[in-house]
Amino acid sequence: MSDARDDIITVGLLAEGTHDPGVPPAGIRRAPTGVDGLATEHLIVNMGPQHPSTHGVLRMLVELDGEEILNAEVTLGYLHRGIEKLAEHRRFDAIATLMDRGDYVSGIMGETAVALAVERLMELEVPRRAQWIRVMMAEINRIATHLLWYGTMGLDTGAMGPFLYAMRDRETLLDILEAVSGARMMFNYVRPGGVVADLPAGIDAKIRGFCDAFDTYVEEHDAILSGNEIFQARLKGVGVIDAEKALAFGLTGPNLRASGVDFDLRKKRPYDAYAEMEFDVPLGTTGDAMDRFSVRIEEMRQSNRIIRQCIEGMPEGEHTAKVPKILRPPTGEVYASVESARGEVGIHLVTDGGTSPYRMHYHGPSLYALQALEDLMPGHLLADGCVMIGSTDIMLGEVDR
Amino acid sequence: MSPALALVVKLLAVIALMLTNGVLMIYLLRKVLGHLHIRLGPMHVGPHGIFQTMMDVVKLLTKEDLTPRLADKALFFLAPMIVFVPSFLAYLALPFSDTLKATSLETGLLFTLAALSVVPIGILLAGWSSGNKWGLLGGMRAAAMQIAYEVPLLLSALPVVMLAGTTDLGGIVDAQAGTWLAVVPRWFITNPLLWPTFIIFVVSSLIEVNQTPFDMSEGESEIVAGFGSDYSAMKFGLIYLSEFSNTFVVSAIGVTLFFGGWMLPWVPAAWYEAVPVLAPTVFMLKTYLGIVLMWWIRGTYPRVRIDQLMDLGWKRLIPAALVMIVLTGVVDKLIVPLFNGAVS
Repeated sequence: MSDARDDIITVGLLAEGTHDPGVPPAGIRRAPTGVDGLATEHLIVNMGPQHPSTHGVLRMLVELDGEEILNAEVTLGYLHRGIEKLAEHRRFDAIATLMDRGDYVSGIMGETAVALAVERLMELEVPRRAQWIRVMMAEINRIATHLLWYGTMGLDTGAMGPFLYAMRDRETLLDILEAVSGARMMFNYVRPGGVVADLPAGIDAKIRGFCDAFDTYVEEHDAILSGNEIFQARLKGVGVIDAEKALAFGLTGPNLRASGVDFDLRKKRPYDAYAEMEFDVPLGTTGDAMDRFSVRIEEMRQSNRIIRQCIEGMPEGEHTAKVPKILRPPTGEVYASVESARGEVGIHLVTDGGTSPYRMHYHGPSLYALQALEDLMPGHLLADGCVMIGSTDIMLGEVDR
Repeated sequence: MSPALALVVKLLAVIALMLTNGVLMIYLLRKVLGHLHIRLGPMHVGPHGIFQTMMDVVKLLTKEDLTPRLADKALFFLAPMIVFVPSFLAYLALPFSDTLKATSLETGLLFTLAALSVVPIGILLAGWSSGNKWGLLGGMRAAAMQIAYEVPLLLSALPVVMLAGTTDLGGIVDAQAGTWLAVVPRWFITNPLLWPTFIIFVVSSLIEVNQTPFDMSEGESEIVAGFGSDYSAMKFGLIYLSEFSNTFVVSAIGVTLFFGGWMLPWVPAAWYEAVPVLAPTVFMLKTYLGIVLMWWIRGTYPRVRIDQLMDLGWKRLIPAALVMIVLTGVVDKLIVPLFNGAVS
């Protein structure tokens, strides 16, 4: 702001470097283009933070020419809780609670990333059973996450039915997660050295029941949306990210694999018991929204396969290693990452020999997807913009931390 | 009864029907969508939530009526009326039975469709006058859709008019009396020549009433609530009511044009005179069946994009409707007389 006076300190929205909602920020054109001598003006709308399809609290300033998006600028931070800073004051086994609130839909994966990092620093040996339980819980959580995404993808394109069908199945999964960990969303289940509690009695019958039911349900989900001509027309060729661009933006997870890049941490850098599991990694070809959709649907099928293998071959043994009450990893630095439902969730820990990290960095995949969105949206219609937000499956809790 | 009094009674009856329909349809919509979505819909107010809609009406009537600061006050007030009044007018020519109709117009079909086509003007005004950018986008979409869809809707009604030889809705029903070969009712839907026309009619009428594959003007996941973003209280109620009553009218026109109106198959005409409630009951049941079918689509389908909708309208439906008019004319006036001549 050039006309800001030195003696006035502006805070909040009007502070230096942030946007006054009334003034178009840099990069947004407000060039009146004449049509038949009529002076016209581009429409600048505030999409979010209270907009039905911004998946939480994403705010985008969108410049429109009619319905066409000329420019989109993302504003972040509406859900910032300072997770990285808070972690510096938490014991190592308590960081898991923060990770649950990062990507609050797939908490198990985030917890696992922290646990892996601490285990690597302390050179802890995790019992085989604990590793298998972690894999099983992560895959159950992955299906639950993908189901939520599937439902909201339907909502973004205007179909309400799929959302409620997805919720039906997700409810069973959350019941299972609750029976095992005690909570439906904020699990706090995976700890350095293993998991908090062993599987409760009788849970395998419940999980097996879900696996069998889900075999048909996933086909039903696939048919309801991807079998629909209108849905295909909405997704095909929208938001194309080719392999080169995907890598340049640092995308990971289904978004990257939809562009045809074979990169899945469960295969490339197997952690826990993933090396023992048999599953395929679905890849897309063009990298459009339809590919991202198909990849995630196929991932649900593969996750179901993994869960079944876990339930069939669950080894006996301890659910956690012998770990001291208070963890004191040696001074050092470690990076551990897991394949979350949305991509690579990485934890970079720097320790100084104390009971909490000196510094923790939380690498979440959604922030990178969001960057790609800003690049994708110009030139598309507003309705396509919603499809792009939906198909990249961003999670604002993870973006803002 | 003096003619003036009769007129007032008729108008009141139409308003009563419209309001009753509105309340009934809103409850039905919630239940139909609920069960399509494996949930229950309203359950708490009254047994199975049957009083839910009434309570909602009470809520709408007692809510604070907000006018946004940036709104064009006069137009913002006027727009819901412009939406509501044509919806009301569209009821006037509907034939509930041979005798039960508010008015008998020779141009009944044209009148009803013309009344319906005024609604989008109100929606455009509503969106524009509310001083909201999402509202403006919604209003513009409604206007663009109207131009693309009013034409095929009218054109798709034409082949029926050509076969029936009248635009009087009652006359169209009369033209569907009797059976083919003493088995198949002579409803226009049983005439294969009109099947493509029927499909065009269904698609255009779904757009006419803003149903889901084509609910762009309020497309909640894209433009918040479109033209209705800033409306509250009974102004919102009027827009909402008009939407439901349009659904009813469009379904009623569909029943009249293609499904024999108030007639049942194989039932002799004398029965309708003997049991006066039979014809209106049949008509209402058929209409509600059509409405439920529309909601079935609404509960299942995603929304098309505005440019895809324009493509469909201008490039597919209008040419197809024109071809069907020519084809119907050729078959009806050239080919059918040949066969008739051969038989007789």
